[in-house]
Amino acid sequence: MKFFKNKLLQMILRRIIQSVIVLLFVTLLVFLVMQAVPGDPIINFLGEAATPEQIAYFTALFGFDQPVLVQYFRWITGLFQGEMGRSVTFQMQISDIIFERLGTTLLLVIPAFIISVVFGVAFGVIAALRRGKFLDSAVTFFANVGMAMPNFWMGILGIYIFALTLGVLPVQGFVSPTQDLGESIHRLIMPVIITASGPLAVFTRQTRSAMLEVVRQDYVRTAEAKGLDSRNIIIKHQLRNALIPIVTVMGVMLGAMIGTTVLIESIFVIPGIGSLMITAIRSSDYLVIQNGVLLLAVAVCVCNLAVDILYGVIDPRIRDAK
Amino acid sequence: MNKTLETPPAKPKKSKTVRKLRRFFRVLFARKLVILCTVILVIMALAAVFASFVAPFNPYSQNLGNSLSPANSTNILGTDMLGRDVFSRIVYGTRVSFSVGIVSVAFSGLVGMVLGVVSGVAGGVVDSFIMRVMDAMLAIPLIILAMFLGAVFGQGLGNVMLAVGIAMIPSYARLTRGQVLTIREMDYVTAGTIFGASKLRNAVSHIVPNCIAPNIVLMTMNLGGAILAEANLSFLGLGINPPTASWGAMVSDGFMFLSMHPVIAIAPGIFILLIVLCFNIVGDAVRDALDPRLRGTF
Repeated sequence: MKFFKNKLLQMILRRIIQSVIVLLFVTLLVFLVMQAVPGDPIINFLGEAATPEQIAYFTALFGFDQPVLVQYFRWITGLFQGEMGRSVTFQMQISDIIFERLGTTLLLVIPAFIISVVFGVAFGVIAALRRGKFLDSAVTFFANVGMAMPNFWMGILGIYIFALTLGVLPVQGFVSPTQDLGESIHRLIMPVIITASGPLAVFTRQTRSAMLEVVRQDYVRTAEAKGLDSRNIIIKHQLRNALIPIVTVMGVMLGAMIGTTVLIESIFVIPGIGSLMITAIRSSDYLVIQNGVLLLAVAVCVCNLAVDILYGVIDPRIRDAK
Repeated sequence: MNKTLETPPAKPKKSKTVRKLRRFFRVLFARKLVILCTVILVIMALAAVFASFVAPFNPYSQNLGNSLSPANSTNILGTDMLGRDVFSRIVYGTRVSFSVGIVSVAFSGLVGMVLGVVSGVAGGVVDSFIMRVMDAMLAIPLIILAMFLGAVFGQGLGNVMLAVGIAMIPSYARLTRGQVLTIREMDYVTAGTIFGASKLRNAVSHIVPNCIAPNIVLMTMNLGGAILAEANLSFLGLGINPPTASWGAMVSDGFMFLSMHPVIAIAPGIFILLIVLCFNIVGDAVRDALDPRLRGTF
């Protein structure tokens, strides 16, 4: 069978199986930890004045009276049927809320990711080529500051400067691109740039150090000795080899970015998955929390899988590694 | 004449540890930036310890008649919505940042190391189980995991330390396990086994001591991250309970008055930036000084 002899496909298959196992552990972990959460979503929803009969009725309705193991299996089998249960707080199917919110979060994360990779790699290459010069120091300094800057504070600073003082960007709020594309982009500019800033700093640092590592390699010297022009050497010989550590960081950063949207969404009042999680935690809405965490874990696993496939494409040696 | 051969008095040789330490500090403080960051951190640590002497006012005493006053000679950064002195609250906030940073990093480092050693030494099912749980934790973004654990433990200083600490365990467990797998194959461990040393003895006398350095490096590098995680949680209202002064919560409180009194929200943020930046730079320097081979691995 030629299909199974393809090493890249074998690697992808192996990684998919590993990801499924990890996700299974995530469901177990999340479910067990959720059992320990104080506060009862039913009482939160009904209020303190609820009668014991009302509480018992709603507890049975949401299945919270079942044994823990039964609840777990109901959750897992439900997931395979696309069922996540009903939210106590929102009184809606969780799958409906969660996927709508995920779409909004992706509107924030995808452009931010592209910006951070493109500019991060570009700044990193520039800093590496100008090593020890003023430009290098400036880029490295800003990268350090970017990594240490709290996202929420940067958001507030951005609102103060660009919205309240200069008045060029709106303060908060979200408009769906299907409703009004121009306004949607206008409102997303600041949140996207702020989401991109931290990872951009990380990419800059990583690219700079990866490029400096590669410069010393023999094949670069060989390429120079052959008289290749420097642009060719930088792009084909240095950057391509420096890409591997950068791609590793890409996977990690994409996961981290999905996490930071919690803060960005809460500052800019964007109805994404992060703000949903905060609402769910405040109202101890178990099912929303556990499905939300699972969905984010799935997103992270997909990113990691994509990175591993990308590795295999960039570096044939990795395909063979077990 | 009796001539005895006298050896000249030997120069007092400095012990190996002293030489190592000297080298460590020489490399650590080779850059002026690192010295500057260390000085800033020392000042902040002193401010945290002696907060009651440094802060001009009680950070909790409210004075509604003097709320939201701009910076002046009495209140150098003004007052917040409850009339509390912003500068005094920032000084007290240093305590929260340092304690969360140090305690949660120490906790995660210790637990992560133990799990890593157990995983690496035991192997088999135990190893697979521990590592899959760690993978599952790593699949959840740090801030979400900390939020999630925070929801379980509830708010408050101790619970935030625990939530941030647990969320950071996997990186140490993974790092340590990797180290154990390398060290386990070393000749001196094999020699120990030949002489009849048990797994436990090998682990205690050979493996654990060799895992400590990379873990200390990772711990110093994670201090800034832990402080940032606490600030994030407190900003979201899921961290330190009010009225305790926490920089993240102060930024959040000040957000409402941004257009009129930007200082309340912006000033605490500068301190978060400063402390995290200094810890990151010193952490990098510690890594380079302790073990240059680790450069680029974290």
